Amino acid sequence: MLMNVSNLNCLRADKLILSDVALSVVAGDCVILRGPNGAGKTTLLRYLAGLAGDYTPENTAFSGHLDGIKSTLTVRENLSFWAGIYGFGNIDPILEQLSLTPLQSRAAGDLSAGQKRRLGLARMLLTDADVWLMDEPTVSLDAATSDVIIDAIKTHCAAGGAAIISTHIDMDIPNARILNITDFAAKQSDHSDPFLMGDF
Amino acid sequence: MSLWEYANPAKFMALSGRILPTLTIGAGAMLLIGLFWGFFLTPADYKQGSTVKIIFLHVPTALMAINAWLMMLVASLIWLIRRHHVSALAAKAAAPIGMTMTLIALATGAIWGKPMWGTYWAWDPRLTSFMILLVFYFGYLALWEAIEDKDTAADLTSILCIVGSVFAILSRYAVNFWSQGLHQGASLSMDKEEHVDNVFYFPLLVCIGGMVLLFVTLVLIRTRTEIRARRLSALRAREV
Amino acid sequence: MKPLILRDLKLAFRSGGGFALTLAFFLIVVMFVPFGVGANLDLLARIAPGILWIGALLSCLLSLDRIFQLDWEDGTLEALATSPIPLSGIAIAKATAHWITTGLPITLAAIPLGYLLNLPQQSYLWLFASLALGTPALSFIGAFGAAITVGIKRGGLLLSLLVLPLYIPTLMLGAQVASTGTQNPIQLLALVASISLLCIATIPFACAIALRANLR
Repeated sequence: MLMNVSNLNCLRADKLILSDVALSVVAGDCVILRGPNGAGKTTLLRYLAGLAGDYTPENTAFSGHLDGIKSTLTVRENLSFWAGIYGFGNIDPILEQLSLTPLQSRAAGDLSAGQKRRLGLARMLLTDADVWLMDEPTVSLDAATSDVIIDAIKTHCAAGGAAIISTHIDMDIPNARILNITDFAAKQSDHSDPFLMGDF
Repeated sequence: MSLWEYANPAKFMALSGRILPTLTIGAGAMLLIGLFWGFFLTPADYKQGSTVKIIFLHVPTALMAINAWLMMLVASLIWLIRRHHVSALAAKAAAPIGMTMTLIALATGAIWGKPMWGTYWAWDPRLTSFMILLVFYFGYLALWEAIEDKDTAADLTSILCIVGSVFAILSRYAVNFWSQGLHQGASLSMDKEEHVDNVFYFPLLVCIGGMVLLFVTLVLIRTRTEIRARRLSALRAREV
Repeated sequence: MKPLILRDLKLAFRSGGGFALTLAFFLIVVMFVPFGVGANLDLLARIAPGILWIGALLSCLLSLDRIFQLDWEDGTLEALATSPIPLSGIAIAKATAHWITTGLPITLAAIPLGYLLNLPQQSYLWLFASLALGTPALSFIGAFGAAITVGIKRGGLLLSLLVLPLYIPTLMLGAQVASTGTQNPIQLLALVASISLLCIATIPFACAIALRANLR
């Protein structure tokens, strides 16, 4: 089991939006989070990544809406930095895998949106984490770039990893598990907010 | 039954609602008695004349200026460690009161200083420390205002209060070293406690007690307001 | 932590900003003092240590919002927070990089600027020592203020209001070290150094709490 969460309550802006979330992930799993805008997909991913709440994740990597790219550094410098943070060795194979090698000495600020997203994905590849948490990884990307990212996710899962992804599009990932997070939506009767309890 | 139960907003509202009338009357009565006794029933000091009577306002407010910060520090620690919402709101509620106490202490000190030392302001260690305390209150209050998410605001102001306390204490001691270089020794000694005669001491105690009660009363009232505001925004958020 | 420090230094040098801007600002502040109080050399000599310390402090303040703001805006901070490096480690790296690009150049520039203010000869060493030992405290306290205000849009003014009161003890003791007529500069210098050590040892944890609250 790579990740096992139960009884997780998620708040957004002081308000309880998800309650009693239960989720377990084994090697090879790819979980797709589904739900309308504002249902709490991003919030749940941030909780699972340990950015919010008390849950302490083990061996996960998180990629949010932003890629954490410095526009004044080159592609190679950007990636070398993250390799240094994660203690990863040679970054050449990863540049090659995402066809970033020809771009490696270009300033990251000059990349197109799709190229930036690929560079962001490159960071995930060198984390060596088992569970990838990805928030809308293919948003506003063309089909070709989306395929690069989906392929990377498939490869990661096939190699014994796992991924939890929020997305609005249908990803062509075999054996993907759909998790409808509206199932965990907090009910109005859940008076977990201490300021709504009691009469005064 | 533990003390922490009152950190629950509903329990706190019930208890504070019950004791507030008594507290208010107690604070008002003690302050009235203390100030009347101090202002009208004590003799004029042989050295300072009637100006000395400002201590009945100056000393209690100065004490509360510091104690309010201490209370905020304790409340901040409780919030960070045990996450009791009322605690965070009580710290928020105490800050403007503490700031006002600091301002009153500085103002009464200045008014007293003019006839005593011939100046409204001197960079005396104690005066300087109060000025520094005032800017700490400013920063703390400004931070509360600047953050929209309530729990985040509570977290950030709490850690600011704790770090601020450390640096306020450091400043208090640094001031001593600093003033050494500017004027030889403390030419304007303010060790009034040692000079205070019994005639002044007892009404002063009553005034201090009254000011403590006033502070508690005001903090309770303001905390109740903050709790109601939080309930209001929680109800609004639920409607959406 | 090392890659983070190195990257921050690279960014500071590449954008050409941080370093040179800070020193230019320091020069302007110092230059303004004779404009404001007159070019009386005796007066300048007397107030020079204080002016240089206040100038150093304000120059330091100028670049504080860059410590976390840029990383916050482009998602780097979020990614770093989920990396194996603890938030307190990130704060140490960030404050260290800030000191190298701000505190260190300020300390070095204070020597020639001291000459402009007719700083007495025996004070140069003390001024240098007090700034060298005191500016780390400025960077770490500044990192704390930056961590608190990182989520606030246009938080620059608030940052100053929060950080400047925390600078008081360092300023009081630091400027006193280099003043003529101070009988025991060594003792004061030790106090300045201990404030810096206290900041280095404890502030990163406070930064971590503040960053955690802002990232939530």
